[in-house]
Amino acid sequence: MLDVNNTTRVEMDWSGPERLQMNMGPQHPSAHGVFRAILGLQGETVVDVDAVIGYLHRCHEKLSETLTYAQYPSIASKTDYVAAMTSEFAYVLAAEEIGKFEVPKRAQYLRVIVAELQRIASHLLWLGTWCMDMGGALGGGATIFLYCIREREDILDLFEALVGARLLYGFFQVGGVRYDIPDGWAEQCRSTIDRINSRIDEYEQMLVDNAFFLARTQGVGVVSRELAQDVGIAGPLLRGSGVNYDIRRNAPYSSYQDFDFRVPVETDGDCYARYRVRMAEFRQAISIIRQALDKLPAGPISSRPALKSVAQIRLPKGEAYARVEGPRGEVGTYMISDGSAKPYRMKWRGASFSNLAILPHIIPGHKVADVVAIMGSVDPVFGEVDR
Amino acid sequence: MIAEQARASLGSMLGVEIGAGVPMVVDVPASRWEEIARYAKDTIGCRFFNFLTAVDWKEQGLEVVARVDNLEDGISLMLKTKLGSGVNNCASLTPVYRGANWMERECFDMFGVHFDNHPDLRRILLEDGWEGHPLLKSYAVDTPHPPYR
Repeated sequence: MLDVNNTTRVEMDWSGPERLQMNMGPQHPSAHGVFRAILGLQGETVVDVDAVIGYLHRCHEKLSETLTYAQYPSIASKTDYVAAMTSEFAYVLAAEEIGKFEVPKRAQYLRVIVAELQRIASHLLWLGTWCMDMGGALGGGATIFLYCIREREDILDLFEALVGARLLYGFFQVGGVRYDIPDGWAEQCRSTIDRINSRIDEYEQMLVDNAFFLARTQGVGVVSRELAQDVGIAGPLLRGSGVNYDIRRNAPYSSYQDFDFRVPVETDGDCYARYRVRMAEFRQAISIIRQALDKLPAGPISSRPALKSVAQIRLPKGEAYARVEGPRGEVGTYMISDGSAKPYRMKWRGASFSNLAILPHIIPGHKVADVVAIMGSVDPVFGEVDR
Repeated sequence: MIAEQARASLGSMLGVEIGAGVPMVVDVPASRWEEIARYAKDTIGCRFFNFLTAVDWKEQGLEVVARVDNLEDGISLMLKTKLGSGVNNCASLTPVYRGANWMERECFDMFGVHFDNHPDLRRILLEDGWEGHPLLKSYAVDTPHPPYR
C-alpha cells in the first residue's frame, strides 16, 4: 500500500515516493465537456484529485430571477442539454406546485413519454461515449458509439416531429405542455422503441462477454451505500450502490403511479453495477412509454388559457421544491415566489453536480486509466454541473 | 422513525411547533445548525444529503437552507437558518455530511457565506479572482467585469 500522507511533491519524476501533478482537461476527450482534474500521482496511481469545474457556468439561478414563468422553461433546457426535457420538467413542476395548477391527464402522460424517451436518448449517449472512452478493446474503437448515436438519432427525430427542435425543446409550460403529438407520431414512436429494444440486446452481447470491458469496470470506482448517501449522489449511481430509491416510484409525479415498472438496483457499487442499472433502465423506460401510449387519454394538453403576455402567469407567495428522476438522478428546483411574475429565488439541484462530487472520494487509489472509466460511469453533463 | 415521531422530537428539541407538510420545514437557530443536522442524520436517519443553498432576504439578511432525506422511511427535512442582517458566518455541515463540501463552496461563491471549519472554502464555479457574489440581490445582473484574459 502507498502511504499517501508521507510523500513529497516534486516538479517532474516518475518513480519512487515522489508525487507528480498531472493536469487532465479541461479539453480532454473523456471529460465529456469541460472538466479539469488535477491529479496527484504516485507512479501510476492517483493519490489525490482536485476537481475544477465552472467552465460552463452561466448563472442560471440569477437568470431565472430575471425571466418570467412563461419565458424560463425553454431556457431551463440549457442546464442539462443532454436531457433537456428533464430540466424543463423540474422547473414547471415547482411553479405548478406553488400556483396549484392542475395539469390535464393527457399532458401528464405526454410529459412521461418525452421524459422516458429522453432517458433513453441520454443513456444511449452515455453508453456510446463511455465505451469509446475505454478504447478499442470494446469491439473496435468507435463501434458502440456509432451504434448508440444511430439509435439516439431516431429519438431526436421523434422530438423534432413533436416540437421542431432536436436538442433544446421548450415543450413544457406551466399548466401543461405546448405541443400535442402529430398524426402518425405514436406509431413512429412505437416502432422506434421496438427497434431500440432489440438493439440493446445487441450491445449487451457485445459487452457482457468482453473480458476487457469486465476488467475495466468490475471492482473499479466502488461507492459504498453509506458514501453514496452522504455525498448525495442520485439516480443510477445511487441505485448501483444498493439504495433502492427512485423518485418515480417513491414520490410519484405526473401520473407515474399509473404505470408498472421495476426499479433496478445493484449492490456492488462499481462501474459495472452502474452499467447494469442503466441497461435495465433502458428496458423499463421502453415499457413505460408503451404503457403511456396505450393508455394515452384524450383531452386538453394545457389547463390554462393561452397567454397574451409573457408576464401573465403570476404565482402566489410561497415556496416549493419539485424534483424529477432524470437520467442522471434527482433534478430539482427549489423555488421561492414573492407573488410576482418571476421567481424571487430559484436553486437548481443539478444531479450531475452532486454526482461529480463523488470523484474525489473514489478516484484515489486507482490508476490513471481508471479515472476515465470512473468519470464515464458517473455520466456528468457539464451544463448541469456548472449551470 | 416515522415522520410524526421526527416532527415531535425536532419540535421538542427546538421548542417550536413544526408544521405539517412535506418536506418538513425546520427553522433552526444559527447557533444549533450543526447540532440539528447531526441529530437529523444520526437519530432521524436523514443520511441522504440533498442540497444546500442560501436565500438573500435583502435587509433581513441571508438564510441558509439545506435539505436532507431519510430515503428508507420517506422523511424529508428542509433545514433553514437565518444568519441575521449583516452576518455572513455559518457553521459548516462538512463534519456531518461529506456532500456539504461542494454545496457550501458553491454557496460561498454565490452568496459569500463563510462556513466556519470548512476544510477547503474557495470559489467553485467562478474563477478565483471574481469580485462579488452574484446571487446576492445587491449584485446587478449586468455588473461589468474585466475581460477574461
